[in-house]
Amino acid sequence: MLPGLLLLIPLIGGLAIVLAPAKQAKWIALLTSLVTFVYSAVLAVVFDQWGQAGFALEATIPWVERFGITLAMGADSVAMLLILLSTFLMPLCVWGSFTAIQERLREYYGWLMVLLAAMIGVFLARDLVFFYICFEFTLVPMFFLIAIYGGSNRNHASIKFFIYTFTGSLMALAALLYVAWQFQVTTGEWSFQIGELTGFASSLSATEQAWILLGLMVGFAVKVPLFPVHTWLPLAHTEAPTAGSVILAAVLLKLGTYGIYRFVLPMVPDALIEYAPFIAVLSIIGILYAGLICWVQTDIKKLIAYSSVSHLGFCVLGLIALNPMGLQGSVLYMLNHGLSTGALFFLVGMIYERYHTREMDAMGGLAKRMPIWACFMVFFVLASVGLPGLNGFISEFLCLIGAFVATGDFTDYPGVLGPWYAVFAGAGMIIAAMYLLIMTGKVVWGPLKEPKEKGHHHGPQLSTDLNLREIGVLTPLAVLCVVLGLYPKIATDAMEQSVEQTLAQYPERVRAHVQFHQQESTSIQQDTQQQVSTFEDEAAPPVYAVNGVRTFALTEPEVTP
Amino acid sequence: MIDKLWLLIPEMILFGGVIVVSIMGLSPLKSLRDMVPFVVMAFLAAAFIAVPMVYTPERVAQADLIMPMLGQYVKMLVCAIGVLLVMLKVGLIDRRYEKLVGEGLTQFDAMRVNRGEFFVFFLLSLIGVMLVANANDLIWLFLALELASLPNYVMVAMSRQGRKAQEAAVKYFFLGAMATAVFLYGFALMYGSTGTIILTEMREAFSDQAAEGGINLLGIVGMIVAILGVCFKIAAFPMHFYVADVYEGAASAVSAFIAFVPKAAGMFAIILMLATVGWTGHGEMDGLPQPILYTLWVVAVFTMTLGNIGALLQRSVKRMLAYSSIAHSGYMLIGVIAGPGIGINSVLFYMTAYGIMNTGAFAVLAGLERRGAEIESLDEVAGLRIRHPWMAFALALASGSLLGIPPLLGFVGKFYLFIGGIEAGQIVLVVIAALNTAISAWYYLALVGLPILMQPTAQAENVERHPSVWPRVAAVVAAVAVVIGPIFSTVIISASERATQHYEHPVDLADATEPE
Repeated sequence: MLPGLLLLIPLIGGLAIVLAPAKQAKWIALLTSLVTFVYSAVLAVVFDQWGQAGFALEATIPWVERFGITLAMGADSVAMLLILLSTFLMPLCVWGSFTAIQERLREYYGWLMVLLAAMIGVFLARDLVFFYICFEFTLVPMFFLIAIYGGSNRNHASIKFFIYTFTGSLMALAALLYVAWQFQVTTGEWSFQIGELTGFASSLSATEQAWILLGLMVGFAVKVPLFPVHTWLPLAHTEAPTAGSVILAAVLLKLGTYGIYRFVLPMVPDALIEYAPFIAVLSIIGILYAGLICWVQTDIKKLIAYSSVSHLGFCVLGLIALNPMGLQGSVLYMLNHGLSTGALFFLVGMIYERYHTREMDAMGGLAKRMPIWACFMVFFVLASVGLPGLNGFISEFLCLIGAFVATGDFTDYPGVLGPWYAVFAGAGMIIAAMYLLIMTGKVVWGPLKEPKEKGHHHGPQLSTDLNLREIGVLTPLAVLCVVLGLYPKIATDAMEQSVEQTLAQYPERVRAHVQFHQQESTSIQQDTQQQVSTFEDEAAPPVYAVNGVRTFALTEPEVTP
Repeated sequence: MIDKLWLLIPEMILFGGVIVVSIMGLSPLKSLRDMVPFVVMAFLAAAFIAVPMVYTPERVAQADLIMPMLGQYVKMLVCAIGVLLVMLKVGLIDRRYEKLVGEGLTQFDAMRVNRGEFFVFFLLSLIGVMLVANANDLIWLFLALELASLPNYVMVAMSRQGRKAQEAAVKYFFLGAMATAVFLYGFALMYGSTGTIILTEMREAFSDQAAEGGINLLGIVGMIVAILGVCFKIAAFPMHFYVADVYEGAASAVSAFIAFVPKAAGMFAIILMLATVGWTGHGEMDGLPQPILYTLWVVAVFTMTLGNIGALLQRSVKRMLAYSSIAHSGYMLIGVIAGPGIGINSVLFYMTAYGIMNTGAFAVLAGLERRGAEIESLDEVAGLRIRHPWMAFALALASGSLLGIPPLLGFVGKFYLFIGGIEAGQIVLVVIAALNTAISAWYYLALVGLPILMQPTAQAENVERHPSVWPRVAAVVAAVAVVIGPIFSTVIISASERATQHYEHPVDLADATEPE
């Protein structure tokens, strides 16, 4: 029941908000989210799997016994970190919305609490159906948050957001159901336990795995979002209210990468090894393409939205590097992106509340008018760019190095990517530096330029610079950015064992895969060699190409006399 | 024989209700006339309680039915949804006339009141569905199907004043008559193929044929023709063209009725017919005989796709729900194709969920009115939240459930159907259904979003409550059921599992008789 309470507190809080007078809504929401955070922190302290690979906080509530569907909960260290991220951000989101939201307060804060519960549910779920229910249900609060409190184009944005992610998750559901059915065929029992199913799925045939991978990736790639299916994100981000954007960027996008971590990696290893280069290419296209789009944006919020697409590309790249470095970097990136991009959305929201515009051309030199805001802005931009010493750097670096060394001959954890992938993705870091710094340069420095319709506000008048509440929202984020930047070891150590366990089955399979392809290319080469050998008696030591990366064969191919 | 009669006691109770109601409806006392719907509810409740009491294993075993336990589930389902449906119709019939009588402007004339007749037809139609579940020969099946659908034609015509309802009724009647002819023709061919009309004997005949190298063409064609004819009742492709016009023409309360009752009757009839050929033992591949399988497959795909695409184009809520009900038939056909076990069970479950959520959506329309007329267009439900918050949230919940947003009841139903489909190896069909669900998100989101998100339009300003509170009660009950239903889904699932117990596949039958 311990973890179940983590879900119940926000739901009870949400109910209290709906029943209480509208004036009290924000205070109840703040209290609820704080209690949730404190409770999750307590759970984190008693959590005994830090630095280990197991699951803790387990609880099971029976539901549909006939199909083995339960409300099973439990968290490993990665899930726990992400739960902490969600519960940590929610009080800040509530506090940050105090002045921005002026109407339909009860619904707003109520939906935020429901959203919090759904997010925690996703990370806590150890049952497939429970996971899917929470995963899908995050859409509903977000849909209403965008559609009620969003910008001028909110209807279109909210519907597009809903349809894209809903369609994707249905495909993932079909794939997961297929796995559950195969499990039933093999064992005679229905079960939707994630642990059992993931262990089972990796024994399916390569073709089946490929189809399952397709289904799962359609679902999770939309959420991440990866390159061709990312178009809902800029719209949804731009139109959402500040807190909505923060949650969307900081947590909801992570549901996609978390899904890849939790399902794709353990379930379909063979297919993933086969198609990882393809996914990597998509994420690199995303990194570069979204980066270039950012470069030409004039709307700050849209720029940050597109930068999320670019950043999440690194995250996926790290996940499919199939080595602990990449995976740790990726999970760390999930946390860091949540902190720094979340903070950037807060900062843009604060500007928008004051000037009612997000156009870069309309403002400039705001450091003169709002020095505190400018300080935070520069700080978080640098964190996001990946300045060494702040949090973005180490995770981006780990993802890249993970991709770089993920070649077939890497001893401990061979992979199927390689230096070229890292080189192209690394170019994304340069682009990121350019667009973010250009944006900062325009908005923060230079001659002072303020939009004309300043202060045309129907809410309470805000101070010129940030007030204490806003500083209070940003400071915890900044502190964490520094902590994770200087000492990422607390996070990486905590998840090391989990990550290694997730990857345990990979080295062997990758080697087999690499060898198989070498034999394939060897046989081709042998055919050609037979023709060549009339001219040459001794062939040079064979060098084979594996997925575009030249490697030396691990074993000498047998040459039949 | 007596055992068979025992099983019909719920129907007899309702028939008692028919007699009582037809007399009460003619009473000169207004209070007595007003009690008619509640008397109907009481009889439905009595029948509901009677069902589990009369269904004992011994009686069922004696009754010689092809799906012996199906009736128990179907009858309880029909009674439960029937209560919801009655609520929608309180204060619908004779509204103008009763008002005139109440104001003393005209004398009461027993010849001019329709309320009694209306509820008589209502009950007879429900009895028809119940009898379908008990059918053990083709004549019975035919009569029960017609008993379930004939009253609908009259109910559509009576449901409201004006030409629209008349036109809808005529259209419904003529197309319905044609469909009846089609499936009767199919029945005739099935008889020609097997030489019997008793379903259990037909099953034996088919299993003999299957063992000797395949069911003969006459039987297959007959089955296909009969299924296509019944597609009219379940509003499936290629007999779905009437749906939008008829639902639009009828009053919302009656639309809710014809969206559920004939559909249930038709779906159970198809299941019973397919039970005679069985879902295994036809050639190499598992499943129905291939021509029938492909027919149903195509019907299912076209039904859900055309239904959803049709609904996308509508501006009228009623037409939208009409097309969506077509799509839901398509989803249910997945379970029918999958067969006994999870497939049929999931159809039974989905029928329950569909009955609740679809009735809930129509109940919102029936519970509101604008200048004395029904609300129909999307503009009229926009911004409902401001003046009718309960109705707005009921509509949003019902639509969300129809869409299948977890954790609502519709999601559980769809999930169950998908499991059934995947278990039968119909993965492509399930993926098509999933894509269709995604298409349906477009228009269901409008029904979720408009009442809650938008500001009221000019048309929505003067939307008032219907004088009777009961349709709104039904809407709220359905909304609550949609939310708390999933918690009790285990109960419904195990009930649906009991329904397909004791069904013997023709193949098993053949195996069992072989040693003799």
